[in-house]
Amino acid sequence: MNRAQRGAAGSRGLGTMEVKSKFGAEFRRFSLERSKPGKFEEFYGLLQHVHKIPNVDVLVGYTDIHGDLLPINNDDNYHKAVSTANPLLRIFIQRKEDADYSAFGTDTMTRKKNVLSNVLRPDNHKKKPHIVISMPQDFRPVSSIIDVDILPETHRRVRLYKYGTDKPLGFYIRDGSSVRVTPHGLEKVPGIFISRLVPGGLAQSTGLLAVNDEVLEVNGIEVSGKSLDQVTDMMIANSRNLIITVRPANQRNNVVRNSRTSGSSGQSTESSLPSSTPNILGNLLQGEEESDEEDIIIEDSGEPQQIPKAAPTSESIESLSQIELLHESTQNGFLPSSEMNLSHSAGSISMEYEGPEAGHKSLEEDGTIITL
Amino acid sequence: MRRFLRPGHDPVRERLKRDLFQFNKTVEHGFPHQPSALGYSPFLRLMAIGTRSGAIKLYGAPGVEFMGLHEENNTVMQIHFIPDQCQLVTLLDDNSLHLWSLKQHGGASELLEEHHFTLKGPPGSPPSATQVAAVLPHSSREVLYLGTESGNIFVVELPSFRVLEDRTITPEAVLQRIPEDNCNRRSCELVEALREHPKNPDQILIGYSRGLIVLWDLQNNKATHHFLGSQQLENLYWQRDGSKFISCQYDGSYTQWPVSSDNRQPEPLENTVPYGPFPCKAISKIYWQTTKNGLPYIIFQGGMPRASYGDRHSISVIHGSQQTAFDFTSRVIDFFIIFSSDPTAEFDDPCALVVLAEEELVVIDLKSAGWPAVHPPYLASLHCSAITCSHHVSNIPLKLWERIISAGSKQNIHYSSMPWPIDGGTNIAPDPPQRDLLLTGHEDGTVRFWDASGVCLHLLYKLSTVRVFLTDADPNDNMNTLGEDEWPPLRKVGTFDPYSDDPRLGIQKIYLCKYSGYLAVAGTAGQVLVMELNDEDAEHVVDHAEADLLQDQEGYRWKGHEKLKTRDGPVRFEAGFQPFVLVQCQPPAVVTSLALHSEWKLVAFGTSHGFGLFDHQQKRLVFVKCTLHPSDQLALEGPLSRVKSLKKSLRQSFRRIRRSRVSSRKRRGGSGNASEVQEANAKFDQDALQEMELAPVQRKIEARSAEDSFTGFVRTLYFADTFLRDSSRHCPSLWAGTNGGTVYAFCLRVPPAERRMDEPVRAEQAKEIQLMHRAPVVGILVLDGRSTPLPEPLEVAHDLSKSPDMQGSHQLLVVSEEQFKVFTLPKVSSKLKLKLTALEGCRVRKVTVANFGSCKTDDYSENDLAVLTNLGDIQIISLPFLKLQIRYPCIRKEDVSGIASCVFTKYGQGFYLISPSEFERFSLSTKWLVEPRCIVDMPEVTSNNHVHSKSGTENAARKS
Repeated sequence: MNRAQRGAAGSRGLGTMEVKSKFGAEFRRFSLERSKPGKFEEFYGLLQHVHKIPNVDVLVGYTDIHGDLLPINNDDNYHKAVSTANPLLRIFIQRKEDADYSAFGTDTMTRKKNVLSNVLRPDNHKKKPHIVISMPQDFRPVSSIIDVDILPETHRRVRLYKYGTDKPLGFYIRDGSSVRVTPHGLEKVPGIFISRLVPGGLAQSTGLLAVNDEVLEVNGIEVSGKSLDQVTDMMIANSRNLIITVRPANQRNNVVRNSRTSGSSGQSTESSLPSSTPNILGNLLQGEEESDEEDIIIEDSGEPQQIPKAAPTSESIESLSQIELLHESTQNGFLPSSEMNLSHSAGSISMEYEGPEAGHKSLEEDGTIITL
Repeated sequence: MRRFLRPGHDPVRERLKRDLFQFNKTVEHGFPHQPSALGYSPFLRLMAIGTRSGAIKLYGAPGVEFMGLHEENNTVMQIHFIPDQCQLVTLLDDNSLHLWSLKQHGGASELLEEHHFTLKGPPGSPPSATQVAAVLPHSSREVLYLGTESGNIFVVELPSFRVLEDRTITPEAVLQRIPEDNCNRRSCELVEALREHPKNPDQILIGYSRGLIVLWDLQNNKATHHFLGSQQLENLYWQRDGSKFISCQYDGSYTQWPVSSDNRQPEPLENTVPYGPFPCKAISKIYWQTTKNGLPYIIFQGGMPRASYGDRHSISVIHGSQQTAFDFTSRVIDFFIIFSSDPTAEFDDPCALVVLAEEELVVIDLKSAGWPAVHPPYLASLHCSAITCSHHVSNIPLKLWERIISAGSKQNIHYSSMPWPIDGGTNIAPDPPQRDLLLTGHEDGTVRFWDASGVCLHLLYKLSTVRVFLTDADPNDNMNTLGEDEWPPLRKVGTFDPYSDDPRLGIQKIYLCKYSGYLAVAGTAGQVLVMELNDEDAEHVVDHAEADLLQDQEGYRWKGHEKLKTRDGPVRFEAGFQPFVLVQCQPPAVVTSLALHSEWKLVAFGTSHGFGLFDHQQKRLVFVKCTLHPSDQLALEGPLSRVKSLKKSLRQSFRRIRRSRVSSRKRRGGSGNASEVQEANAKFDQDALQEMELAPVQRKIEARSAEDSFTGFVRTLYFADTFLRDSSRHCPSLWAGTNGGTVYAFCLRVPPAERRMDEPVRAEQAKEIQLMHRAPVVGILVLDGRSTPLPEPLEVAHDLSKSPDMQGSHQLLVVSEEQFKVFTLPKVSSKLKLKLTALEGCRVRKVTVANFGSCKTDDYSENDLAVLTNLGDIQIISLPFLKLQIRYPCIRKEDVSGIASCVFTKYGQGFYLISPSEFERFSLSTKWLVEPRCIVDMPEVTSNNHVHSKSGTENAARKS
C-alpha cells in the first residue's frame, strides 16, 4: 500500500547519506537521512534551495551503481535512488529548457564522452538523429493494439486512449451481418461494423480501426446479441478507456506469429471464429479499471479535487493525496518494471502512433512482425 | 474487483429471491386504444370490446374483467355472444371467426380461445364469396348463420365450425319466390343484416344491402315474406313481439314493416326521416324499445342533416315528445341498450344506453329525467386530455382519502345516481391491501386523482390549475354551444377533449405529501404551484414569486414561450386542492424536477437553467442556483425545435384526418377513390422504406464532453436530513443532479417550529460532485446507518416508519443513466459502483426504491432499487451492495412513450402507458399483486327459459 515505507525498508540502515549535486558548473554537497528521505517534492525544493534556483524548472538525474544516468521525478525513483546510493548519491541537475533527454538511459555515463565529440562534429550528429524520448512524467497512455498473445490471429484488440487529447474518438458503427463457422456449419449472423472514420479523429489517426471491421467485444463484453444502440451506449460509457476487439475487414495485415510464441489460439484458421472467444482482458485493463474515472468533488466551494477511493480506515488528507499520486503513476504508463517484463516476455507489443505518418512504418522486434 | 464476483450463486439468497420477486403484468387500466367492436350479453350481463390490434376485453360488475388477444392481431370487426352461453364469437378483418369461452379454472373464470375458422369458398371463387358481412348466432346455440358479401348465407355448426353445406341459403333459393320484375340477382348481393325472430326461432330476417328484406323459414327452407325497400339498407331490428320490424337506411330514414301471415309482400307501415327534409346521413343502427306506458323508445345512430351536422357523431333517443341527439366527442363504434326486464317480459323497458365511442365509453341513464350520464367505474378515458406525467402515492391515510373523495363527489353531481347497469360476474379478488393514488398530469393543466388500489382505475377527483392563469379560452364560450340551435336537439356528452387551449398549462411534475395534504404541481411554462387541501370553496389571492434562475448571467435571450399571465385579485376555488403560492421560474422553461418537503415547508424546483428553493411558509425564495454551462446556448434560448414540432404535429393531424376518412369508408364501398388513396399511401410508405434502406443506420461514437448541450438541465432534486459537513452533526440538505453528471448539495438551516416564521431559511452550498462519466443524474438517495433509505418527510412523525439511524455513517447513492455509485458521507469518497451501460449497453430511465416483502414470512422485507432501462427491461438491484438481483423484459424498447411514462410504486408495482389511453399495471413483488380475479356463473334459468320461450313462440306462431 504505502511504497514510501517499502522504499525505506530497503535502505541500508546507515544513518545519513552524502549527496553531491551538480548544476551547471556548481557543486553542492549535503546529507540526507537515509531512513527518512521524505518526498520527492521536498527533495526537489531542497535542491532548488541549495543551488539557489528557486524558480527554475529543472530535471533531476542521478547515477546508479552501473553508472547510468537515471531520472528522479517522483517518489518512487527518488526512493530507489536513495536506497541504492552507495555511499554517495550523485545528482545532476539540468534546466528543463535545455535538457538533453538523450542523456538518460543505459550506458549514458560512458557514452557521455561521445556527446562532446558529437557537438564537435555536427554533421555526424545530423546523420544519426536521436529519437527524442520524452521524460517519464510526460508519458501518457496511447492508443495501441493489445493482448496479441491471447487473441486469435484474426482478431485485433484495440485500445483507444482518449485521455489528454482533444481529438474526438471519431468513428461510426452500423448494423451488418457476417458469416461464422459454427458446429452446425456456416451461419449468417448479425453483427456490428465500423461504418465510417472521421478524418482527424482518434480512430483514423491511429490507424488501428478501419471501415468494415467487425466489432466483437467492447471492453471485454461480447456485443453479439446486442443492438446497435446498446453497443453505441456501451462504447460511449467506456469512451475514456475504450477497448474494442475487432475482426479487421482486411485480414492481410494480421499479426503473424511464429511457433515459439504461439498461444492457445495460434492455430485458428482464417476467418473462422472459435465459438468461445478468449474473453480475458490483459493485465493492463484490470489495472486501470479502477482508475479510469475519478469524480471531482468541490467541498465548501473550495478547490476541486479528485474523489479518492474510500479506504477501510479513516485517513488524513496527507495519505489520501499519496494514494492519488500512486494512481497517477500507473495512469501515466510508467509501469512498474515487473509488469513490463511480464508483458515483454509474453511477446506482446504495445505500439505508439502519434500521427498518420507513423502508421506506415513496419517494425521488427523479437521475432514478432507487424506490417501496416 | 468486486464486480468479478458474480452475484447469485448463494443458494439461500436464490431461494429468498424467489420469495421476494416475481414479474406479472396484471391488468390494463383505462380505455382500450382504437376500439373497433362492441358486444353485450343480456344473459351474462357482460360487455365485450374488441380493438384494432386484436384484443378483446370483457367487462361486468366493477372488478370483473377478462382479456384475450387474437394471435393474428387483426382488427376485431364484430363480437357476438352465443345466446345463453358463456361463449362469444368474434369476426376479424381477415374474415376469420374465433370462438371464445369463459371457463372456470382454479376457482376463477378465464377467457380462452377455443377454435378459429375461416370460411372457404369453392376454388376459384372471388374472395367476396366468403367475405362475412353479418353474423347471427342462433338461439338454438348449435349453429351460426354467416351472411356474406356474395349474398350466400352459410350455416356453421358450433362449436366445431363445421359448414353444413346442405343448409346454405343461396340467393337463387331466395329469389325463387319473389316476382322477377321487382328483383334480380343483384338484389341479393351482400347480406347486410341477419335477425332471428324474437319469438319463433325457425324464422330469420335477411336484409340485403340493396334494400330487399326476406323473412326466411328455416324448417321449410323457403322465403315466407319479402319486403321491398327502395333505399340502401343499413340495419334491421325486430320489435319484441315479432309483429313488426324496423329497417334503417342509408338516406337517413327508418321504416316500420308489419309481419303477418296474410300479406306476403307487405308495404311499409311508416317511413320517417327524423332529421329531414334535407338530405341526411345514414342511420346505421336502430332500436325500437317498447314500454309499459305504450310510448316506445326509438334509439338510432346517425341520421343527421348531411350539410350542417354531417360531422357529428350522434345517437338520437326519441321517447314520445322527448328527443335528444347525444353528440359524442369521437366516432361512435357501436351501442346497445340494457333493459331492466327479464327476457320473457312483455315490454323491453329500456334502462340504459351504452355507447362505445372511439375515445370513451358513455352510459346514459334512460330511467331518470333528463337522461343523465352514468359515471363509469372503469374504462376511464385517461387521455381526455393527453397525459403529460404521472405520480403514484402508496398507502394513503384514510383521512386524506376521504377528503379527496368528498372533494370529488362535489364535482360529480351532474352524474346519474343509477347503479352501474353492467353487473355480470362476481369479483372474488381480495380487497386491495391499501389505498393507492395515481395522479396524472394533463396537457390542459389538470391533475386527475385516480383510485389505483384495485383493478378498476376510478377517477376520484379532478384538479384544474387553469383558474390561476389568464388564458385565451373564455369559459363562457362553452355556454354558447349549449344554447346553439334547437334543432336538431344536440347535447354534448363525454369528457374526451384533447384540444388544449394553451400548451403552457401542461402539467410536468407532481408531488403530493400524503401526510400533510400539501401538493406541488409544476408545468410547461415554469410555473410551480403549491396547494393545500381545503374542504370548502374559498376565494383568495394566490401569492406570486419569481425565481430568476439565470441570476446575473448576462447577454442571454430566451426565445421560448412566455410565462403564463396570472389572474389579478382573489380567485374562487372549489373545494379540494387550492393553490396558495405560485413560483414562476425565469426564463419560463419547462420544470424538469420538483421536490416538496412538507415538514420543512420547502419546495425545490429545477429547469434546464438551474434550480431554486422556495420557503412556502414564509413565501420567500431561499436561493437559486444556475447550472448552465456558459457554452450551453441551446438551453438558454429555449426550445427551438418547437416550430418544427408544430409543423410536424400539423402534418400528423392532417394525416390522421385523411386516414380516418379512408377507414371510415365502408370497405365494401370499394369505390375507386379510396383504394387509390390507399395505393398511393402504400407506395409512399414503400418509398420511405427504401430510402431508409439506402442510408444505413449508423451511430456516432463520441465521448461526452462538458460542452454537450443541456448539461445544466436539472434532472432530480432530493431533500435529506444527513451528515453533509461533518460526521457529528446532521442537518437538512437539498441535493440536485443535472444532465451533465453534476451533483450539488446545499446545507440548509431551517428555523425550529416556534421561530419558523421569524427567522429566514438559509442555504449554503456544501458540495459539488462532478461524475467523470458525465451521464445524466436520474436519482439521488441517502441511506442511513442501517443502509435503509431515509424516510419521507413526516413519515416518522406519523409513526409509520422507524426513525432513521443517525448513529452510523450515512451513504449517498447517486444513480446516473449509466452507473450506480455509493459514496461515503460526509467526506464524499466513492465506495461502490455498478456500471450498467458499460457492461450491458442499457441506460437507466426510471429508478425508485421499492420495498419487497416475502410471500413466505410476514416479518421479512427489504429495500431494493427498481430500475427501468431504455431497453424496456426492469432490473432489481439490491441495496446497499448494488447487486443485480433479477431482470425482466417489460416494455418493448421501441415503445419510447411507454418507457417514458412508467411509474413505480413504493411496493414493487408499476404502471406504464401502452397507448395514450391505457395504463398497463405490473407487479414485481410476490406479495403485492393487484389483478382481476372473478367468476362468471351461468344463470340457472337458462334451459327452462329457453324451452319456455320456444313453446311461447310456438304458441304465438300458431295463433298467428
